[in-house]
Amino acid sequence: MYAYDEIDRTLVNERVSEFRDQVKRRLSGELTEDEFKMLRLQNGVYLQLHAYMLRVAIPYGTMSSQQLRRLAHVARRYDRGYGHFTTRQNIQYNWIKLVDLPDALADLAEVGIHAMQTSGNNTRNVTSDQWAGVAPGEIEDPRIWAELLRQYTTLHPEFSFLPRKFKFAITASAHDRAAIKIHDIGLRLHKNAAGETGFEVLVGGGLGRTPFIGKTIKPYVAGRDLLSYVEAILRVYNQYGRRDNIYKARIKILVHELGIEKFAQEVEAEWQEMRDGALVLDHEVVEDIRSRFFYPAYEKLPHMPDELKKAAHDAKFEAWRKNSVSPHKEQGYAIVTISLKPVGGPPGDATAEQMDALADLADTYSFGEIRVGHEQNLALPHVARRDLPALWKALDKLGLATPNVNLVTDIIACPGLDYCSLANARSIPIAQELTRRFANHETANLIGRLHINISGCINACGHHHVGHIGILGVEKNDEEFYQITIGGRADEKAELGHLIGPAVPYGDVADVVEDIVEAYLALRAQPDELFVDTVKRLGVEPFRERVYATR
Amino acid sequence: MPLVKGGKITSDTFVPVADDAALPEGADVLVSAARFLQDPNGFAQRAGKTGVIWPNNRDVDDLVPHLDRLAVVALVFPSFRDGRAYSQARLLRERFHYRGELRATGQVLRDQFVFMLRAGFDAFDVRKQSDAEAFAQTVKRYSVFYQPTGDGRITALHRRMQLRHSESAGL
Repeated sequence: MYAYDEIDRTLVNERVSEFRDQVKRRLSGELTEDEFKMLRLQNGVYLQLHAYMLRVAIPYGTMSSQQLRRLAHVARRYDRGYGHFTTRQNIQYNWIKLVDLPDALADLAEVGIHAMQTSGNNTRNVTSDQWAGVAPGEIEDPRIWAELLRQYTTLHPEFSFLPRKFKFAITASAHDRAAIKIHDIGLRLHKNAAGETGFEVLVGGGLGRTPFIGKTIKPYVAGRDLLSYVEAILRVYNQYGRRDNIYKARIKILVHELGIEKFAQEVEAEWQEMRDGALVLDHEVVEDIRSRFFYPAYEKLPHMPDELKKAAHDAKFEAWRKNSVSPHKEQGYAIVTISLKPVGGPPGDATAEQMDALADLADTYSFGEIRVGHEQNLALPHVARRDLPALWKALDKLGLATPNVNLVTDIIACPGLDYCSLANARSIPIAQELTRRFANHETANLIGRLHINISGCINACGHHHVGHIGILGVEKNDEEFYQITIGGRADEKAELGHLIGPAVPYGDVADVVEDIVEAYLALRAQPDELFVDTVKRLGVEPFRERVYATR
Repeated sequence: MPLVKGGKITSDTFVPVADDAALPEGADVLVSAARFLQDPNGFAQRAGKTGVIWPNNRDVDDLVPHLDRLAVVALVFPSFRDGRAYSQARLLRERFHYRGELRATGQVLRDQFVFMLRAGFDAFDVRKQSDAEAFAQTVKRYSVFYQPTGDGRITALHRRMQLRHSESAGL
């Protein structure tokens, strides 16, 4: 993971002092709320239903154990002892006080954590694959480029007041774990025929009121040209993106209204003027950033160590191993996913105690490194296979070993009406009920990979449009109702889900999901046909019939 | 509203003139884009300098042929949240090499001074007196800059390269 140097630290500290001054001027009345709002948003500070909410960045989903401990400290000292990991590799604190924010940010800055641009009409956290750097078959570590983009986009003087928010994601694997197709700019790292690293650039993906899957604007942009090309896109967007209507202000609308060909031409014309200017990324600069990423000194370890052979008799361990442990590019190692979706729990939350304990486990078993993915789970990316049994015992004691990763109870949900002033309906209790209905691990395994995404409003922070089953909270006659979609996906085959029928009330949602799952189990061609493939094959109709037959 | 130039509050010699008003004899004037473009040669021939207020929703291309005759180009922030003038400023400075005064007008507030300087503005029609007075202090907030803009400041990426080279050269 990237090591901050004096230069990076100075910037974060300067930002914290600036924010401290802004808070002071707000509290004294020198700044009106209207003037302060965009400034606080640019530091990740929302005003929510009950309190201020602070959204802290975990750049490209990578953190050190020291950083995780500091996140725990903030939860404990300034909040109510827990944090929520989001669908964009950030962490949110829901109960923080305005007056405490500068101190909380200063505490985070000491370990190189910041909340810059995690909200506001600017460029947000550059997200990536939570398995970056360790996934088998990955072309090269996309986080190098994510860090180059992070620096390039941080406090960019031209692009800090865009028409609307702007999100980047980058992947370097055939299977896209970073959901690049639903981002404003999605980058797929690959090599051209000459073996040079470059990017397929997609634009205009995004969810919310008008969801779109991103379109390819240029199939190959050389690494050298990445920043200048991105600048060209941002400049076209900054100048021509709509500013008259916040619901029509994302780049996806501009791309849709111009058409991708015209949009690509505008960007190309702009890019031709500046492609050989100051933003050229020469090899030396890229390698300097690469050199500041820490990679473990892996030992030469066997694929099947004795510890693992001995533990194979333990059914509970095996259930977890089969579910939560994934292959690593290095022999003898594994990637361990830590489910933050316990039965009955709010998805994506971790207590300060869990965070501290996980930091210790990362030190012992993962070279001090932890990851977070957009599915709101954590991961330990460098675990020796011989350590899996010991690690599992420790995780199990902490309630962090629910073997439900990628299964029906591994639900992605926004905070919803329980916390968020934008919401129409609650999402957390829906998720909790669903985890109870499908708590049986045998059943969940029988069903197989099934992503349920829940959003409490059309802003779609739960990414419901791309859920295999998507649940959207709407308001109808002052009651909570939910629209259900099926067949969405967020990966390299990204697709928006289809509505199955009229919205159903809060009390019916879990039953409806059970009906959908029953229909799938009855209709699937064979046990290993995934839910999302059955929907693709048969369409929505058979599911609609089943759900609405008695409603 | 106080004009800040060269880091301090200064008097403004430029008089804004409405489209239907006569131009005061020999005075430095600020006129709308529409009025200027009707007769750019006429403006060049007057005694007194010319400044143009360019709207933020119009490409600067139409202004470019006249830049060397202009003493001031004023760009507009109708709301501090509307960032189009930042792009216009950079294009004028970095692509079209405009060397005259580039003035920020509209809702110009303290917390955008650094961004504006970096984008190429060198004069600020500041909304609040207290912000104008705090200008010199405010622009010292940041010493590290990640991206290259026309302001000539070395970027973090290149400062690191310098440090590396001086380390390896044993300096």
